[in-house]
Amino acid sequence: MKALLYERSVPKLAAARIAGILKPGAGASRGPLHYDERAIEHRIPGPGWQRVRPRLAGICGSDLATIDARTSRYFEPIVSFPFTPGHEVVGDLDDGTRVVVEPVLGCVSRNVVPVCRACASGNLGRCEQIAYGSIAPGLQSGFCCETGGGWSTHMVAHSSQVHRVPDSMSDEAAVMVEPTACAVHAALSPGELQGSVVAIIGAGTLGLTTCAALAQYNRPEQLIVAAKHPEQRQLARSLGATSVVEPSALRRAVRSATKSMALGDGDVERLTGGADVVFDCVGSSASITDALTMVRPGGRIVLVGMAGPTKLDLTPLWHREIALVGAYAYGVENLLGRRTFDLAFELVSSLRLERLVTAHYPLARYEDAIAHAANAGVRGAVKIVFDLRTEKDRR
Amino acid sequence: MSTKHRGARPGLVLEVDRSTPPTLFWHGEGYRLEKLPVGSRVIYAPEPLESLKDERGAIRHALLNPLGDSQPLPTLLFPGMKLTIAFDDISLPLPPMESPDIRQMVIEEVLEHAAAVGVDDVEIIAALALHRRMTEPELRHAVGDRVYDAFAPSGKLYNHDAEDPDGLTHLGQTRLGEDVIINKRAADSDLLIYVNINLVAMDGGWKSTATGLSGYESLKHHHNVKTMRQSRSFMDRHKSELHSSNWRMGEVIRNSGVKIFQIETTLNNDAFPGNFSFLQKREWEWTARDRAAFIASSKALARTPSRIRRSIFQSIKAPHRMTSVQAGEVDAVHEVTTANVHRQQLVTVEGQSDILTMGLPYICPYNVNSIMNPILVMCLGLGYFFNLYRNKPLVREGGVLILSHPTPWEFHPVHHPSYIDFFEQVLSVSTDPEVIERDFEKKFAEDEWYRHLYRNSYAYHGVHPFYMWYWGSHALQHLGKVIIVGGDPKSVRRLGFTPASTLRDALEMATDVVGRDPSITHVHNPPIFLADVQ
Repeated sequence: MKALLYERSVPKLAAARIAGILKPGAGASRGPLHYDERAIEHRIPGPGWQRVRPRLAGICGSDLATIDARTSRYFEPIVSFPFTPGHEVVGDLDDGTRVVVEPVLGCVSRNVVPVCRACASGNLGRCEQIAYGSIAPGLQSGFCCETGGGWSTHMVAHSSQVHRVPDSMSDEAAVMVEPTACAVHAALSPGELQGSVVAIIGAGTLGLTTCAALAQYNRPEQLIVAAKHPEQRQLARSLGATSVVEPSALRRAVRSATKSMALGDGDVERLTGGADVVFDCVGSSASITDALTMVRPGGRIVLVGMAGPTKLDLTPLWHREIALVGAYAYGVENLLGRRTFDLAFELVSSLRLERLVTAHYPLARYEDAIAHAANAGVRGAVKIVFDLRTEKDRR
Repeated sequence: MSTKHRGARPGLVLEVDRSTPPTLFWHGEGYRLEKLPVGSRVIYAPEPLESLKDERGAIRHALLNPLGDSQPLPTLLFPGMKLTIAFDDISLPLPPMESPDIRQMVIEEVLEHAAAVGVDDVEIIAALALHRRMTEPELRHAVGDRVYDAFAPSGKLYNHDAEDPDGLTHLGQTRLGEDVIINKRAADSDLLIYVNINLVAMDGGWKSTATGLSGYESLKHHHNVKTMRQSRSFMDRHKSELHSSNWRMGEVIRNSGVKIFQIETTLNNDAFPGNFSFLQKREWEWTARDRAAFIASSKALARTPSRIRRSIFQSIKAPHRMTSVQAGEVDAVHEVTTANVHRQQLVTVEGQSDILTMGLPYICPYNVNSIMNPILVMCLGLGYFFNLYRNKPLVREGGVLILSHPTPWEFHPVHHPSYIDFFEQVLSVSTDPEVIERDFEKKFAEDEWYRHLYRNSYAYHGVHPFYMWYWGSHALQHLGKVIIVGGDPKSVRRLGFTPASTLRDALEMATDVVGRDPSITHVHNPPIFLADVQ
């Protein structure tokens, strides 16, 4: 089979890190990721597992961080090498059923008995047995050496992980379901937001889908999105933002919307009031610091973008009693009493989120694909995907 | 009391031919020489009138020989009275004048009279309406150190506060239901003396008190899109709805018993000193020294960082001096003042043109010691310069206005905080004055943060950028297209205008609207003039 493989190699990780600093995405050509035309197919790990032949597989922000070796060492014990990346996947089962993979590897897929409390309640993202069970460590498909990932012509998935794709849904729409599910989970995590002022930092895939999920399922009174690029601004408006501004203008926009006072003589260094909730869809120390300046006392910052090692002044967190909470993956949404993936399927269909898929690449052009994804905003793109539908090996 | 300089030539309309040298265009903190097409018209202002030889003597004469039904100032003063002196703020004159400022001279003369009678309850107020507060150095420059040191430390010299709930008085409504609200101290005084500088024909008269000492709830009756569009133009009081409203308010002020002694002054148009004097000369009369000054300063400015360039220009003090002073009853005084402004500024122009070009300078009434942000560029071009006409605009309806200015996306955060938000949050949604007024004005006007910065820092009021946009609303309605040459394309587009790299490109773009072989008129400034379009 054809696959992109990511191996553990300290010198290559160092090279990827340097290359990625100089040019985002350059870790693909210098680091531990390589293309293997004759990779060995994964064995079926046990009962309930089946083969999936990916059709489209997306490139996510966390993939880019992995390729440029920017991720935290936190992940080391919960991944296994060599792995094939790719956790946003639409593919075919052997019987021809088209499915989207829900990549989180919880107790059920790991054959852990009894299942943990989180998995029992359907919240696989919070699995307490991660890295244990009958398969190798891996927080998700795409980070586990035994399951493979979407950036290949072959992977395996547990029956609990697959969701049938309706015939009316295109592959492009289906590949957007997984990232949209992350956004739906984040959007519903603070509870009811009616009457609230909400800000979103970042307008890449996560920012835009979070905007869509908020507008569709939680309906805050004001939804302000900071977007750097013209295409992002246009999309944010069409997905339900009530106001779209340049990132440098977000603090001022939140101030106006909340009628807050501000510190700084005409400049807005920080607000005395602020937004009820800020969704940080970037996850850098700069974006979290920014969020801390514009969330109200007692407000909440939802970290949607994957954060890494970060240096922060947490004085405002303490002084203003701000909650900084993560939003990872999906499960069951208590606010609506439904599975996140079901909500994501509906959202993708109703808002035609396939329009966020901007470019397709064959696996062999993975360096170009990753460079495109790493510079998506500048190049007017949102989601870059690998297109495996015409690969010989999968036919 | 004034005499015309024998050598002061009247204004001129030049028709460009092949031998005409390139024409000077202001371009923010710099200038350009542009070759206008043959057949274009260039309008030059009259040369500076000779100033009054004895300015203080003229002021004393005016105070003792008032116009209209007013008594001479000494007879209006008595011991134990409450006297308030209000004066025009930093927005006048432009550029700020060399010391001594006219306001200083007038206020000193008034105080001499007050002291002679034994008036000791005197307060002096900068009549800034919704403009930013003046700083100590700015107040010192306007009124002089002697007056400042005598009054400011004891709180008797201060900036008007249009948001002080205890500092305003509602005097009533005009017959059209307009609320008349002015400064309480001024209204409660036995005599209010207003000290004015009339740089252009729209200044002065009842606008001094009804606007300068007022607040948002009163100003909104005439600072709105409808009024501005019905002011054709602001520079012609009798055809200006803005002025009609102020005059109606003046009637309420007078009928409510507020006694006003108006002192108005006019200036000549000698706006730039020594090294920059070539700016206001006619190009074909430039001497070798003028040409050298132009080349040297252009090259030096091109190599100078914008911040330093700005401070060089903002430090310019104009040599313009007083050409007339008149005092007494508001209407009678203002009639004479307006005639004196016309004497200096009026130029007769035959007919309109398809295209009007103008260079915009580094300064307008709202960025003294500050930054000329894009909203002020719009206001100066479409609000002020476009409206410097009587009868009809210099450009025909549906014509094109071509401005030259760098229009940087840059704001002074202390002076213009609400402008930043207006540019980001309002103009990104709409540039239509009616939509802007309907959907955004109230929110900005009542924003507590802007209110705090206006009262306690040096910020223009939250609603002020709206007024800047309304000033240009008549031009926006009249013009077919606005092009800015050499402006930051992103800023220019946000304003709703079209950017062009060169004047040639701009003229080519304009033909899409006005057709081939358009007539072109260029407004040559400095100095400014008032076009009497026949």
